[in-house]
Amino acid sequence: MNSGDTVWVLVSAALVFIMTPGVALFYGGMARRKNILSILMQCFMIMCLIGVQWVIYGYSLSFGPDTGHGIIGGLDWVGLKGIGLGPHPDYGSTIPHQAFMVFQAMFAILTPALIVGAFAERIKFSAFTFFMLLWATLVYDPIAHWVWSTGGWLKKMGALDFAGGIVVHVSSGISALVMSALIGKRLGYEKQAFTPHNLPITMLGGGLLWFGWFGFNAGSALEAGGIAANAFVTTNISAAAAGLTWALIEWQHHGAPTVLGIVTGAVAGLVSITPACGFVGPLSAVAIGALGGIFSYLAVTALKPRAGYDDSLDVFGVHGIGGMWGTLATGLFAQKAINETGSNGLFFGNSALFLIQGLYLLVCLAYAAAMTWMLFILADALFGMRVSREDEMVGLDLTQHHEASYTVLE
Amino acid sequence: MKYIIAIIQPHRLDEVKKALEDADVHLLTVSNALGRGRQMGFTEVYRGAKEVCGLLKKVKIEVACNEDFVEPVIEAIIKGARTGNIGDGNICP
Repeated sequence: MNSGDTVWVLVSAALVFIMTPGVALFYGGMARRKNILSILMQCFMIMCLIGVQWVIYGYSLSFGPDTGHGIIGGLDWVGLKGIGLGPHPDYGSTIPHQAFMVFQAMFAILTPALIVGAFAERIKFSAFTFFMLLWATLVYDPIAHWVWSTGGWLKKMGALDFAGGIVVHVSSGISALVMSALIGKRLGYEKQAFTPHNLPITMLGGGLLWFGWFGFNAGSALEAGGIAANAFVTTNISAAAAGLTWALIEWQHHGAPTVLGIVTGAVAGLVSITPACGFVGPLSAVAIGALGGIFSYLAVTALKPRAGYDDSLDVFGVHGIGGMWGTLATGLFAQKAINETGSNGLFFGNSALFLIQGLYLLVCLAYAAAMTWMLFILADALFGMRVSREDEMVGLDLTQHHEASYTVLE
Repeated sequence: MKYIIAIIQPHRLDEVKKALEDADVHLLTVSNALGRGRQMGFTEVYRGAKEVCGLLKKVKIEVACNEDFVEPVIEAIIKGARTGNIGDGNICP
């Protein structure tokens, strides 16, 4: 046991925690004023719901001893049975097993919260709650097991995902795309203006995301050492490069850079570096961030209008595209000279890693998309996924939660 | 009694208030308003999506006064709100 490592992982867990309120504010400011509370509530509900789910059985399904084929963990650790204060040899050998468990809990909470932006302003809260519990159980927990747990089948193949490019961002991003297609467009989409109602809140949320991401990425080293420092540095570089790229493109295209644009770009850069941050060097991080910004910009401004889906707050464009690019970029830019537990990527003389990353990406995309589709059908049949037309026009704050953010009189 | 409504540029509000006070007019109501003139407003861009809202922030001033004060009030508002641009001093009786 090492007290420095333990401190770092516990602090990182707290940093990752703040990302969920961060993403709530990031999305909330982008919604219309009648729907901000519904977004904040959905994120807060996930903090509470998955906070309990993880302890009761989520951690056991994700990281518990494998049931035999690398598909899912067993029920040996249900209720955190046997998760002691000493270290587990595979999950941070110098920190308490409980520190690793709570660090991972924050990831399990953040991931479903990312999807909230896809069906914003039109989902029924009961259906949402039911769907999210199942999604965390049947999509997040298995994928986390495949990629990160001892015995997970993708981990055994040698796929690299330092901090959750696939497990967190691709899984939530592709699910967001499926959800937005199935739930349908918001009333009036493409006919009326959908303008963000409070961009300072979005900027605050984006800032909290960037801040929390240091724990997300650098904490994933599970020790307070050189790899953590490398991940910290590459994370900052990538976010900066992507925010800058997005702002410059806007300047060129529209004559002015926007706050929403530069913040969105920075988040796309953070997503892009997530799987790679512990395996790549600083200049690679510049390239990963800048290209992540460009790909994400294209997805949001060109792909979405052409394909015609209403991914309201661009979860797929930012997290899906950024996560896919980051996963493939890990296969290009990874260097054993940076992290000897990783591999070399295509640019450093090893094409095998790139192929593994590609396979890994396809498998997780297909699984998350298919499961989300089935869970949507189930939740829709039981609760009705979408609110009534009248409720949607009045807004979800009043109709789903009986409160309002901004009042006419004081 | 007359009810005078004036739409002015927000940054001229203090000058209009001062001009009205100089004319011995102290009662007024002020509210935020959105509007546009012949020059139209800005086009807003959100993640590449253009929203032609075309409305700009204005300030609406309302003054109720008796007949004797109509001219002084109008003159004070025109004096205080003058920007030197198109649209200054338009009156719709």
